Amino acid sequence: MTADDAAFIEVDGVEKVFTVRRRAGWVRRERREVRAVDGISFRVPRGEMVGYIGPNGAGKSTTIKMLTGILVPSGGRLRVAGIDPAADRTRLARRMGVVFGQRTTLWWDLPLRDSYALVRRMYRIPDDRFRVNLERCVELLDLAELLEVPVRQLSLGQRMRGDIAAALLHDPEVLYLDEPTIGLDVISKAKVREFLREVNAEQGTTVLLTTHDLTDIEQLCRRVMVIDHGRVMYDGGLEGLHAVGESERTLVVDLERELPPITGIPGARTVRVEGPRQWLAFPATASAAPLVSAVAAAYPLVDLSVREPDIEDVIAKMYAERAG
Amino acid sequence: MRLHMAVMASGFRRYATYWAATAAGVFTNTVFGFIVAYTYIALWDQRPQLGGYDLAQAVTFVWLGQALLAASALLGGGFHEELQERIRSGDVAIDLYRPVDLQLWWLAGDLGRAAFHLLGRGIVPLLVGSLVFELTLPASPLTWLYFLTAVALGVLVSFAIRYLVALSAFWLLDGTGLNMISLVLSLFFSGMILPLNVFPGALGDLAAVLPWSAILQIPADVLLGEHQGTDLVTAFAFQAGWALALLAAGRALQSVATRKVVVQGG
Repeated sequence: MTADDAAFIEVDGVEKVFTVRRRAGWVRRERREVRAVDGISFRVPRGEMVGYIGPNGAGKSTTIKMLTGILVPSGGRLRVAGIDPAADRTRLARRMGVVFGQRTTLWWDLPLRDSYALVRRMYRIPDDRFRVNLERCVELLDLAELLEVPVRQLSLGQRMRGDIAAALLHDPEVLYLDEPTIGLDVISKAKVREFLREVNAEQGTTVLLTTHDLTDIEQLCRRVMVIDHGRVMYDGGLEGLHAVGESERTLVVDLERELPPITGIPGARTVRVEGPRQWLAFPATASAAPLVSAVAAAYPLVDLSVREPDIEDVIAKMYAERAG
Repeated sequence: MRLHMAVMASGFRRYATYWAATAAGVFTNTVFGFIVAYTYIALWDQRPQLGGYDLAQAVTFVWLGQALLAASALLGGGFHEELQERIRSGDVAIDLYRPVDLQLWWLAGDLGRAAFHLLGRGIVPLLVGSLVFELTLPASPLTWLYFLTAVALGVLVSFAIRYLVALSAFWLLDGTGLNMISLVLSLFFSGMILPLNVFPGALGDLAAVLPWSAILQIPADVLLGEHQGTDLVTAFAFQAGWALALLAAGRALQSVATRKVVVQGG
């Protein structure tokens, strides 16, 4: 691995400040600075698939816009494949793919096939490469029936698959996905994820994935970055999030009969009681075994199950702590 | 270059898809052709040789205006409302992610559209006009070739103006006002309402040097044989000059827009 590969995406103290003007009287305007991205730094090695998550307005899209070169950072240093995106946008554009869940890169009035023909010319994709890539996309994304259909007649899930194919025909080295599964049904989501996994594994495409659907992240990314208020709050493995987020697992016990809330179990507290069923929360990092034996020793236990912490809750908690 | 040919072809096909709209447009152009032609006939009856045109030339001018209305986007239309909408909604970000120049991309698409409109919306009204009225149409194929050259240069000027108007959306979130002003200027100073040589004195002199005259007045005069020899070269040079100047202005504005202005929304 070369130095370039170890830091394929390089972000050093990058900032983006927007100036917002607001009416403050009949004529007077107040200028206010909004720091959308407030000094973030990270590195992504070539071939890694990273989740980039955060609440609305956290600065995710702004970061992606800077990485793709359509927004110029107000400060800091930014390189993708050694290129300064804002200074050399067109050169970088040939090496990257972008997919927006909420927008389409396809041409509304044209059949999918014609859109791809334009993409081919746009990226000057050699004929054989184009054929192989299109075939693969058509097969894996199930597009065969859709190629002759104008984009405006496609369903959201079909259009999304069409968009993902369009972003990959030119073998991009890096792929930015902004909410690629938004609005899709379970089957389409699974198909899209499977395809992305395959592209990443086979082509070594570096992927930065922004999403609100944490299942996307759980299934695709080993590394996740959490951003809020324009800062990186967490950067590491998914498991690590639980420790950082002080998240809890839940032991659900069914007792023989309705009893007052369970007490006296070290390291656990009862959070909910519903008839004979009770919920005990304990740290995600602790083992459930001693807890189970302690409950079984003191209470008439019929059945039990352990619930893993919901990553969504973990992150919600993280945001809340930050805000508070 | 091959990309832009492909974009042009897709622009052509895109408009060719909506044949009902084309038929409606042809019908409208033809009806308006009749209305305006009879108005001109009444006017030239009172003032023969007005602006140096005889009656047949004046009526020819009317039908040329209807034939070029869609192709040269004299009433606006074409791409610029679409580009404004893309800027307003933030979809323009997608255009910027591509390894292509924004202006050339839209220009290629608009030329494809114009080519379609010239054929689809131009031929029938002119044909109907020539069947019903006595028109001054040239016999020489060379004159027709000159005319098509002038039309092509006029479309370039028209595109360049509309591109500038479209880019204003980066600053003005609502482009309606500017579009309206642009439409009025285009109608008035292209000669669509009245041929520019009818305009009196200083107003006529002014209208003749403004870029809009390159869109309809000059192509019409080329077809009517008003420009010959060096005069023809001067007319082409005038059109090309405005096209280059306005396209360059569009480039400059585009680089300011993409560098300075925040793309709306995420």
